[in-house]
Amino acid sequence: MIEFLKEVYAVMWSDLRFMRHHFLNIFIMSIMSPLLYLLAFGYGMGRGMTYEDIPYVAFVVPGIVALTTLSTSFSSTSTRINVQRLYYYSFDEMMMSPLRNSAIIIGKSMMGVIRGSISGGIILLIGLYITPDLHLTPLLIASILISCFTFSFLGIMAALLAKSHQSISTFSSLIILPMTFLCGTFFSVSLMPGAFQFLLYLLPLTHASICIRASALDWVFPWTSLLILLAFCASFFLINVYILKTKM
Amino acid sequence: MENIIEIKGLVKRYDDKVAIDGLDLTVRTGEIFGFLGPNGAGKTTTVRVMSTLADFDCGTVYICGHDIKKDPSKAKACIGMIQQRISLDKDLTIRENMILYSLYHKISSAERRRRIDALSEYIGLTEYMDNMVDTLSGGWKKRAAIVCALIHEPKILFLDEPTVGLDTQARRLLWDIIRRLNNDGTTIFLTTHYIEEAEALCDRVGIINRGKLIDIGPPEDLCSRVGATAVEYFHNGVKTQYRYFQNREEANEFVSTLPEGTTVTVRRTNLEDSFVELTGESVGRVR
Repeated sequence: MIEFLKEVYAVMWSDLRFMRHHFLNIFIMSIMSPLLYLLAFGYGMGRGMTYEDIPYVAFVVPGIVALTTLSTSFSSTSTRINVQRLYYYSFDEMMMSPLRNSAIIIGKSMMGVIRGSISGGIILLIGLYITPDLHLTPLLIASILISCFTFSFLGIMAALLAKSHQSISTFSSLIILPMTFLCGTFFSVSLMPGAFQFLLYLLPLTHASICIRASALDWVFPWTSLLILLAFCASFFLINVYILKTKM
Repeated sequence: MENIIEIKGLVKRYDDKVAIDGLDLTVRTGEIFGFLGPNGAGKTTTVRVMSTLADFDCGTVYICGHDIKKDPSKAKACIGMIQQRISLDKDLTIRENMILYSLYHKISSAERRRRIDALSEYIGLTEYMDNMVDTLSGGWKKRAAIVCALIHEPKILFLDEPTVGLDTQARRLLWDIIRRLNNDGTTIFLTTHYIEEAEALCDRVGIINRGKLIDIGPPEDLCSRVGATAVEYFHNGVKTQYRYFQNREEANEFVSTLPEGTTVTVRRTNLEDSFVELTGESVGRVR
């Protein structure tokens, strides 16, 4: 186990140094979009509104936290691996070293998890300050972390399969952007037509939103959604290990 | 161990194209082995297979006695690799890249510090250690790639077209580094399409074309297979023609039979002559 953790650390070390070299830039990039969403939807459209018997801002903050974990974790891992694989070729050096594929995947996911947690955490702290309806609970922290891991693994998968930088942009436009707006982040999925609801429940962000919102608002916790999110997380991880073993 | 690399019946296909076609090859421990061939001959693919970066369809590959399919971790521990394109992390400094490579190979922190200091001095990089990779010129980047590849003290160093894009001075400095590494016990496997490089550096050369090994041996042996003296002659706008002779006297005798006005060069045979005779193709750009 210690050996495995050392391998994970070896893989994440370069990403930690990268973050240190570009801290301010990364920090601003990570919180800009969620802050704009909070201003536009929380204060702009949502001022004075209530939703499911709570102020809309209390409803929307957990959704923005969920979408932040998605966008930040996904883009952090996918962009960095894409650059290392297709432009720097430094990904090859890692593949030539005697590291386990599972350690490579977890190590490469850590930058996404750290950045996703920091960005989501900042939005959450602002939310806790501006509305008393939100609560910091262990289940909330667990939900955010699982969400970050899931979308980091998804980012790794997209980067490992990408043939060019354009491929990542296409994936983001077709999969990530629609998820951002439709998966229960700004409104409840239950408002959508039945067939569409079914489709949305097939996407991981829907379950991340449900878990984060329920735990932040002290609602009954949706254990089924948490299990589904964990299943997505495990599946993305295993697919990544398989890709490294067979395609790289 | 006499042979550090043993390849038998290696086949690698990309879709319908056969990149390596039944390659059998051995490299002896301690030698500088050159893999010579034109662009697209299969040199880089062979190195990528040996360094575990590319899978293959048939055959067996043993590195330091380890089957790279069955025991890739042990094979990887013996290998250092300098790719044709610089493959350092350009968001990090040289020192950070060296630390990163040592972490990949699980080298303890005290040993890591010792090796980084020793290697940076050995290659002459000490003053550039805290520079970002992209601030260095091509020759210095290559040196930085070498120190990173050597951090785990590999038994064999693969260099894929190591001097492509370097000026003459940087190229000759790199040759000195390669010779010094070899003198200190590292086996060198380099691919090149530069005749001069193969002749200057290699103990043995393998000539590859269209994925097949055409011939193998010390450079002087390969040259002597076509003769000792080459005559290049050009007359009446016909393309330059070549004839090979066992000695200069025979060559001079032939030259005396050529018509008036023929441009003639008489010289020692080289590897390109050997390659052309063996394959009927030009070896690529010759400097």
